[in-house]
Amino acid sequence: MAVKVMIPTPLRVYTGKRDSAEFTAATVGEALGHLTTQFGDLRKHLFTEDGKLRSFVNVYVNDEDIRYLAKENTPTKDGDIVSIVPSIAGGTEILARDSAVLAGRSAALECCRSLHCC
Amino acid sequence: MSTKVQSLSASPAVQAPATSLTNEEILRYSRHLIMPEVGMEGQLKLKNAKVLLIGTGGLGAPLGLYLAAAGVGRLGLVDFDVVDFTNLQRQIAFGTSDVGKSKAQAARARLSDLNPDIQIEAFETQLTSANALELFKDFDIIVDGTDNFPTRYLVNDACILLGKPNVYGSIFRFEGQITVFGMPDGPCYRCLYPEPPPPGLVPSCAEGGVLGVLPGIVGSIQAMETIKLIIGRGDSLVGRLMLFDALAMKFRELKLRKNPSCPMCGEHRTINKLIDYYEFCGVRGEEAAASDLGVPEITPKDLKARLDKGDDLFILDVREPHEYQICNLNGKLIPLGELPRRVHELDSSREIVAHCRSGKRSAEAVDFLRKAGFRKILNLKGGILAWSDEVDPTVPKY
Repeated sequence: MAVKVMIPTPLRVYTGKRDSAEFTAATVGEALGHLTTQFGDLRKHLFTEDGKLRSFVNVYVNDEDIRYLAKENTPTKDGDIVSIVPSIAGGTEILARDSAVLAGRSAALECCRSLHCC
Repeated sequence: MSTKVQSLSASPAVQAPATSLTNEEILRYSRHLIMPEVGMEGQLKLKNAKVLLIGTGGLGAPLGLYLAAAGVGRLGLVDFDVVDFTNLQRQIAFGTSDVGKSKAQAARARLSDLNPDIQIEAFETQLTSANALELFKDFDIIVDGTDNFPTRYLVNDACILLGKPNVYGSIFRFEGQITVFGMPDGPCYRCLYPEPPPPGLVPSCAEGGVLGVLPGIVGSIQAMETIKLIIGRGDSLVGRLMLFDALAMKFRELKLRKNPSCPMCGEHRTINKLIDYYEFCGVRGEEAAASDLGVPEITPKDLKARLDKGDDLFILDVREPHEYQICNLNGKLIPLGELPRRVHELDSSREIVAHCRSGKRSAEAVDFLRKAGFRKILNLKGGILAWSDEVDPTVPKY
């Protein structure tokens, strides 16, 4: 039951630039568990300290949002694609607000040098 | 699920809608007019349409250019920023001679040249909770080409309160997201992301950057969706989130559902007016955020004086290797993200001056190292940018 997990650009720094990874998993939670075991740095970006999926990270099985299925218990079958879709705000500015990379980090992005619309 | 585009009923117009095109307009729009999907009917809808662009930068440039070229009769451009030299890599509505000018005005001049038959208004103002509803009310469609979470939530909420469609696009590096929010039965931005990420959980500028063509592609898709909404043709992106990966050159789409318990567009709306979106997103000013760490600093001039005096200072550069290639101060390169596991490479008995591009990443590095027991460590105030300004102008700024 191989499931392909798609890793979005912002998180590829924690997966050695890998854009996807395949795991044998019966549920979305299992697949994400394997993913964060293989890429330990990713865990804090996807999950809170008590193990809940962060609210600004959406996960889809194929094209369905797991919030409208069985969340992390959503079953997966052979060939399913699990997509992690973080919130991105970028429009134009190159630079994100510098922020700590040292402590707990998220997948969300804010590409702005200042809060201008440009 | 795809939603057939419904033509938007024009909002109450001050002037009577146009019912014909001039001969010159017929010639200009002939490649639209000979397509049955647009035709005279569609072109008149475009002529009578009123579209407000929030932001005239990377996304706003192709948006504005294509919408003006297509003959959208009234375009509003909201931007309070000025054109910066670094914008030219992707903000294709501007030329080198526009650097330093108001973006809204420079874009208006460019679009007026492209199509003098349409009405273009430049709003040189920051979109705020105080002016959004007033600005939006005279337009049929709002197109979100902004670059930050507070404005995205503000645009969403104002659109929902006024019942206006919001053509959404956002980008990061090689990746884009596009959809249409705010249609009567469709979802809104809060259905997709109920909450913004907490500040401080956003990545460093070390992970920023965008390939210049990407906003061109994403903005062009937004322009296409806007035109489809106006002419009432095709399948809209309502209820679908389009993901574009430029490196893999792949488009994917995900189902976007309306959240019945959405506080903005759900069955029981709990947000009935615009709020303080900076507070909602927990955003402080960037200077405040950096200085909050309160780490000891050294100015570029003081650092230069001490180096000239022969003081034993260890320069630590916490930027990324590709930034080091642009310019450097001959420091030891340990990217901020690698610092925790490479801290043993530093000698805590020596005095260390940490720097980055602007001084914020290095402030975090100093804060981290102080917590790790380093005592003789300073942050170079203003980073390599300030070094270039105050000490050595031959060091390029980026």
